[in-house]
Amino acid sequence: MELHEHLFRREAGRMVATLTRIFGVENLALAEDVVQDAFCRALEVWKFRGVPENPSAWLMATAKHRALDVLRRERTVRTFAPELGRLLGSEEALPPAVEELFAAHAIKDDQLRMMFSCCHPRLPEAAQVALMLHILCGFSVDEIAGAFVSTHAAVEKRLVRAKRTLAGSERLFEIADAADFAVRLPAVHRALYLLFNEGYHGASAEAAVRVELCQEALRLAALLFEHPLGSTPATYALAAMMCLHAARLPARLDASGNLSTLSDQDRSRWDLGLVAEGQRLLDLSATGPELTAYHVEAAIAAVHAAAPRVADTNWTQIVSLYDTLMTIGPSPVVALNRAIAVAQREGPGRGLEEIGAIADRDRLAAYPFYYAALGELELRRGRGETAREHFRAALALARNAVERRFLEQRMDACLRPAID
Amino acid sequence: MSAFVYLYRSEDAAFRAAMGSPEQMQKSMQKWMAWMKQLGEKGHIKDQGHPLERAGKVVKGKKAITDGPYAESKDVIGGYTLIEAKDLAQAVELSLGCPILEGGGVVEVRPVLKTNM
Repeated sequence: MELHEHLFRREAGRMVATLTRIFGVENLALAEDVVQDAFCRALEVWKFRGVPENPSAWLMATAKHRALDVLRRERTVRTFAPELGRLLGSEEALPPAVEELFAAHAIKDDQLRMMFSCCHPRLPEAAQVALMLHILCGFSVDEIAGAFVSTHAAVEKRLVRAKRTLAGSERLFEIADAADFAVRLPAVHRALYLLFNEGYHGASAEAAVRVELCQEALRLAALLFEHPLGSTPATYALAAMMCLHAARLPARLDASGNLSTLSDQDRSRWDLGLVAEGQRLLDLSATGPELTAYHVEAAIAAVHAAAPRVADTNWTQIVSLYDTLMTIGPSPVVALNRAIAVAQREGPGRGLEEIGAIADRDRLAAYPFYYAALGELELRRGRGETAREHFRAALALARNAVERRFLEQRMDACLRPAID
Repeated sequence: MSAFVYLYRSEDAAFRAAMGSPEQMQKSMQKWMAWMKQLGEKGHIKDQGHPLERAGKVVKGKKAITDGPYAESKDVIGGYTLIEAKDLAQAVELSLGCPILEGGGVVEVRPVLKTNM
């Protein structure tokens, strides 16, 4: 029996969510200890006896037994989940109550409760994302630090603070209340969006790490749209956007591990299964009066996905979608992407004009792909010298070796006479 | 071929520390399984053995039964495996691949005493 990739990590998230529901949010650390115990036990037994038929069920059952032990032993000295007080009150009621709390549907809801709890309004967005990765996705401090190109100390500090806020909230977010759910939902969307973006555009040089972040964001988004209150048009749109972007991940690095831009990608390596899933979710998102930025971003990704070759791309549609995006959620990065689409449709000169017209262009000053875009357009209109200077500026801002190699190659390309 | 016992020893704290994140635990698990599998395929495993609970009783006479601590061996035996090897040198050689060594643990390789029966 082979273990599914990242099985432990995901089970850790499921187990912590359920145990925290049972022990109460102020006993998060206890829940984490019980999970650690369950893994240690699994390791000791499986080493000798082999991996059981259903490893997830084995781990969950072990966590359940440990939870019962803890509840029996510490009932008199600790206060467990106040919302479950009555349920866990008596010795006879305990085993069936715990059994019920470990049912598959309950575990799913627990993960949602935790997801919403992590998006506590008092927490900064970066802390919300780190907390979700840590608690729900089983990432260690070092793994988060690696993914966000941060230090162990910085991530640890952020998590300790965030956990304190979480514990201070006294009880987990209650997902049964439709009104509260709707109020917190946009923050959850935003955190999932940031998690996905960290994977897709993030600074980590490890392609594998970034794919994992995208996969985790997708998995959590699916938990959300599988819930009746979570399956809103915006959730579907967000999940669609993730699928349609993630479909391109296999082509982002070429055979020699070099960064490959959207126009250079080998489109036969796009994941058609994810494209189809993204399209299905995009269709589901097309209800109701609300048009979110997620809808528009998903639609842009869908236009790209529909083009078998770059030349087939419907740039007019893309420019118009960017126009819409600029009215819903304007930002200099959106404006830059719009300008690039304009350049595709009307030539590099027009693209450069559009970039020059970006209102708060100075906010792009630390963004390597701003200079890379300028370089690309200058190069396309035959100004190799100027282009090279822009790529040099981009290179100085590059965040990892893969980006650096890509930009060095672009600088070299400026020295060769333009072919077109 | 002769019989040997591998005794896997590690300190509880070190064992837990070496566990690290769930991802690392899974990797360590997979390494362990791969090591066992490879020993088995080469015909070196006589009995996969058993894991042992890390706590029990220490008996030193009828009135001296304690819960431990296992003061004489700070390293608690976490399990054992019965191995077949040509000689002690080979048994030691085969133990070098054991992942417990990466986590600060110890493999004690002990020949099973040969009797003439």
